[in-house]
Amino acid sequence: MAERARASRAISAGPGRALVFVYAVFTLAAGARSGVQIATRFDEAPLAYLLSALAAVIYLVATAALARDARRVAVAACAVELAGVLTVGTLSLADSAAFPDATVWSDYGAGYGFVPLVLPIIGLLWLRRTASATVGP
Amino acid sequence: MIDGLATAIIVISLAAAAWTLVPAARDRPIGWSHLAALAVVELALLVQVVFAVVKLAGGEQPRELAVFIGYLVGSLIVLPIGGFLGAAERTRWGAVVAGVACLVVPVLVMRMQQIWQGTVG
Repeated sequence: MAERARASRAISAGPGRALVFVYAVFTLAAGARSGVQIATRFDEAPLAYLLSALAAVIYLVATAALARDARRVAVAACAVELAGVLTVGTLSLADSAAFPDATVWSDYGAGYGFVPLVLPIIGLLWLRRTASATVGP
Repeated sequence: MIDGLATAIIVISLAAAAWTLVPAARDRPIGWSHLAALAVVELALLVQVVFAVVKLAGGEQPRELAVFIGYLVGSLIVLPIGGFLGAAERTRWGAVVAGVACLVVPVLVMRMQQIWQGTVG
C-alpha cells in the first residue's frame, strides 16, 4: 500500500490526524451527554452516568495523547477504552436494569453506529503501525 | 424544528462530504473549494440555530432542552474544528478529516429532529 511507504513517525500526522478528529468528536459527544445526565438526573442511573463521565475522560485523554504523540498514554487510553466498551456493552445487555439510560458504550456503542467499538481497535492498530514504522526500514 | 431546513442541511452536508472526499480518493489535500463547501454547510447550520432560538424564545421547547442546546452548540463547532484540522494536514488525511466533519452534521441534525419531536404538548 502506498500509505505504508509514507507512514509518518508521528502518530498525530496523516491518518492519525483523522483519528484525533474523531476522538475529539467523541470527547465532545460523551462529555456533553454525561454532563447533562449528571446535572439533570444523576439519581436515576448513577452507575450509567458515572460510566458516561469516565468514557468522556478516557476519550479526552486519548485525544490529547494522540494529538501530542504521547504514545504510551495513547495505547493505555485506547486499551482502557476497548475494555470499557466491551465490559459496558456486555453488562448493558446482560443486566439492563443497571443501565436504564444509555451511555456511549451501551450495547457496544450501537447508538453511535458502533464507532465506540471500532475506534479503539483502529487506534491500537494505528499505534502499532507507527511503532513499527519508527523501528523498521 | 423546521423539517425542510433540516432536510436541506442533511443534503448539503452529504454533498459537501462527497466533495471533500474527492481529494481523499485522489490522494490530495483539500483546497479552498472544500473549505467553501464546509462554510456553506456552516451557514445553513447557523440559519437553523437562529430559527431554533426564535422557536425556543417563542415558548416551543423540546422536553430534553439541555440536550437539544448541547446538540445546537455542537452542530456549530464541528465544522470549524474539522475545517481547521483538515486544512492543517496537507495530505489526503486532511480531506478525510473534513469529510468526516461533514458526515457528523447529518447525524447531529437527525438527532436534533428526534429530540425536538419529543416535544411535550
